Amino acid sequence: MAGGQGWLNVLLRSREGSLVLLIAVMTVLTTSLNPRFISPQSLKDLMLNVSIIALLVLGQTVIILMRQIDLSISSIVGITAFLSGSLFINHPGIPGMVVVLIAILAGLLLGAVNATLIAWGRIPALITTLGTLYIFRGANYAWVHGRQVNAVNVPASFLAIGTSTFAGIPFLTWIVLVLLVVFAIGLRQYMVGREFYAIGSNPNAAVLAGINVSRRLATGFLVSGAIAGLAGALWLARFGTVDATAAEGIELTVITSTVVGGVAITGGVGTVVGAVLGALLLSVFSSTLVFLRVPSFWQQSFQGAMLLLAIAADAYLAHRYALRLRVKWSHV
Amino acid sequence: MSSAPTIELVDIYKSFGSTRVLEGVSLPLFPGEVHSLVGENGAGKSTLVKIMAGLHLADKGAVRIGGQEVLFRSTAQAQQAGVSVIYQEPTLFRDLSIAENVFMHRQPKTTYGWIDYAEMNRVVSEHLTQLGVSLRPEDPVLGLSIADQQIVEIVKALTFEAKVLIMDEPTAALSLEEVKRLFQVVERLRAKGAAIMFVSHRLEEVFAISQRITVMRDGRVVGSGPVKEWTTEKVIQNMVGRSLEALYPKEKVEPGKVVLRVRNLRRAGVFREISFEVRKGEIVCLAGLVGAGRSEVARAIFGIDPLDSGEVLIGDKALTKHTPQMAMAAGIGFVPEDRQQQGLVMEMTVMRNVTLTVLRQVQRFGLVSKEKEREIAAQWTQRMRLKGHIEEPASILSGGNQQKVVLAKWLATQPKLLIVDEPTRGVDVGAKSEVHRTLSQLAQEGMAIIMISSELPEVIGMADRVLVMHEGKLTAELARSEATEETIMFAATGQTGPLRDKKAKANSNGQS
Repeated sequence: MAGGQGWLNVLLRSREGSLVLLIAVMTVLTTSLNPRFISPQSLKDLMLNVSIIALLVLGQTVIILMRQIDLSISSIVGITAFLSGSLFINHPGIPGMVVVLIAILAGLLLGAVNATLIAWGRIPALITTLGTLYIFRGANYAWVHGRQVNAVNVPASFLAIGTSTFAGIPFLTWIVLVLLVVFAIGLRQYMVGREFYAIGSNPNAAVLAGINVSRRLATGFLVSGAIAGLAGALWLARFGTVDATAAEGIELTVITSTVVGGVAITGGVGTVVGAVLGALLLSVFSSTLVFLRVPSFWQQSFQGAMLLLAIAADAYLAHRYALRLRVKWSHV
Repeated sequence: MSSAPTIELVDIYKSFGSTRVLEGVSLPLFPGEVHSLVGENGAGKSTLVKIMAGLHLADKGAVRIGGQEVLFRSTAQAQQAGVSVIYQEPTLFRDLSIAENVFMHRQPKTTYGWIDYAEMNRVVSEHLTQLGVSLRPEDPVLGLSIADQQIVEIVKALTFEAKVLIMDEPTAALSLEEVKRLFQVVERLRAKGAAIMFVSHRLEEVFAISQRITVMRDGRVVGSGPVKEWTTEKVIQNMVGRSLEALYPKEKVEPGKVVLRVRNLRRAGVFREISFEVRKGEIVCLAGLVGAGRSEVARAIFGIDPLDSGEVLIGDKALTKHTPQMAMAAGIGFVPEDRQQQGLVMEMTVMRNVTLTVLRQVQRFGLVSKEKEREIAAQWTQRMRLKGHIEEPASILSGGNQQKVVLAKWLATQPKLLIVDEPTRGVDVGAKSEVHRTLSQLAQEGMAIIMISSELPEVIGMADRVLVMHEGKLTAELARSEATEETIMFAATGQTGPLRDKKAKANSNGQS
């Protein structure tokens, strides 16, 4: 195994490496069939498309690392997106920064509902967030009541977050990149971050190590809620138009991206960089399908297939590793 | 050595629900001493350990460190007070590195407040070198042997500068070589003045390593003193409170024709070259250390785990497919080790559990008939002298009674061969001897039985023949008359050679 295709091995051994490779291969192939794939406009679209998903992936990674799941994020995005729009309508002249802060606070509040039920109510996250997914969305429908926020109601300076670029990269994407760095460092270099890994890896051992598991679970769901609140405000900036159905169903795309990105659904393994690359891969993949004129109804099936492939690859690698260990310890 | 104890338990009481687990236990640990705590399963040792670890609070009584009363409400408090516990099954984060495992929740920081991985690795590396272990701090824990995982736990304790080190059956899963290495480490710590508590079932080890021995039975201390006041016989008498013969009522049975024959069973990396036979009326024990592959062989015979090669014959007929369905049809019953997960459906009634294996027999017009169910369940549970009603859920029964339900469930299939894996683990002494009595009676009636057990006295008391495994291979076959703790342990730790030499060598080892 040693020597030979060394760099390829190194690249493939880490999840991030193989994702980068896959994205590169896919880009090269599609470009050779349709050079417009890497035109500035389509690259910008790609970045804009992936940004909000990638943002939500950051929060979801923290959750999944702890062997939990947060399905309610799409409903939180929906509520905070409409909330942001109605703030602009009801308070003309309100600074965009204030609106973003209020959206984040609202997300935090909704996240606190999840956190309380899961960390102290001891209700499994799958059930809790499935419940709040419907409750938040239902409340949103009741509140919105058929109304709609349109781009004309939103100040141009706010909409610019979703359209203008800096150094060729959309402002929206910059926000995600900065937060990605913050999360990557937080998860790697701070005790809190390592505790998320510890809890997902072995919850009992985490208790023995003196980690306050309930508090950390709560932290995770608060973070996820706040991120979803921010995503809601940015959703408005990106699309301009928001009704009661905004962001419906994106929780599954986010979870798929996170898992494809190498965050083990059983907890304890994965990085935010990988997870964001997972989101990028899925996004590049769907653009590829568009450029190759694959009918759009196939897109979801391909996304699902990608998820299963990623999990199958993980299972296969884990199995091979276990087999190697078995042989190693048997001294055969 | 009559200095003041480092830590002292005074008159500890603890109950879980209505069960009294500890009744007035007092126990001092002195600096520079290894104090062994022995007792049967259920004597209360684990609860005592958990109180010192900060996992349980005592109902009554005090824990004193350096003469001052302390109250541990969490493991963190216990660790800060200098008490570290090493459990039988290490509790580590398998996805994280060795160094991270050691320093979880208290990582060293750089001046910027980031985790100082370099410092972490340096400290752990230093300890590993001092212990003479060739592990790297960056390696993931996933893939370490149990022995190495315990080393990681010890390093963790060392970084806490633990004054008190409690080891709860640390050697149960180790090979002889690994035990030797562990003991060197323990000896080094003791010489530095640590107070060490050693919980073990292996009396040779207890006598080899400790300066003081305390024996517990049924939640009470029944004897305590310096090691020179003890002999193996005295310890055992204290532990069981009765003589060995009464515990293991195996009746002599003339073995009949061969029921099971296995040839050259192999599963890559787990076991290989496994051949043996079991006769009618015979109890054959599979002995060996944890991880030797005993349960795996049993699971493969029953068709739960796949076989890479080899043959399983019932009577003269080879099983064509290795599936549990096939094995059951051929007359094999299997009582797994883990009742909670593999043996019982806890929420279902005792009756339902018993008839799960014979659903076809309790059918009427394709539906389950409650009368038939009740009839069959009653028949077998009475036979097992089950305490408890058959229409109550299995979860409310005690461990011993749950084990009887699992046995009843398999007896209902009236197997020719019954495989029982650790049938008495975690059950009290009374229920234990009931299980033994039943197995013995079944053998007398002509059933062939394979019993897997880690308790040597049980193996020696129950077996007509003992097959000893070591690292996936059969290393010895001992007749009842040849089976002693020494001969079995000798083979279980991988020493080979002619049987007679082995016995002689084992004896001389014991004396030297």
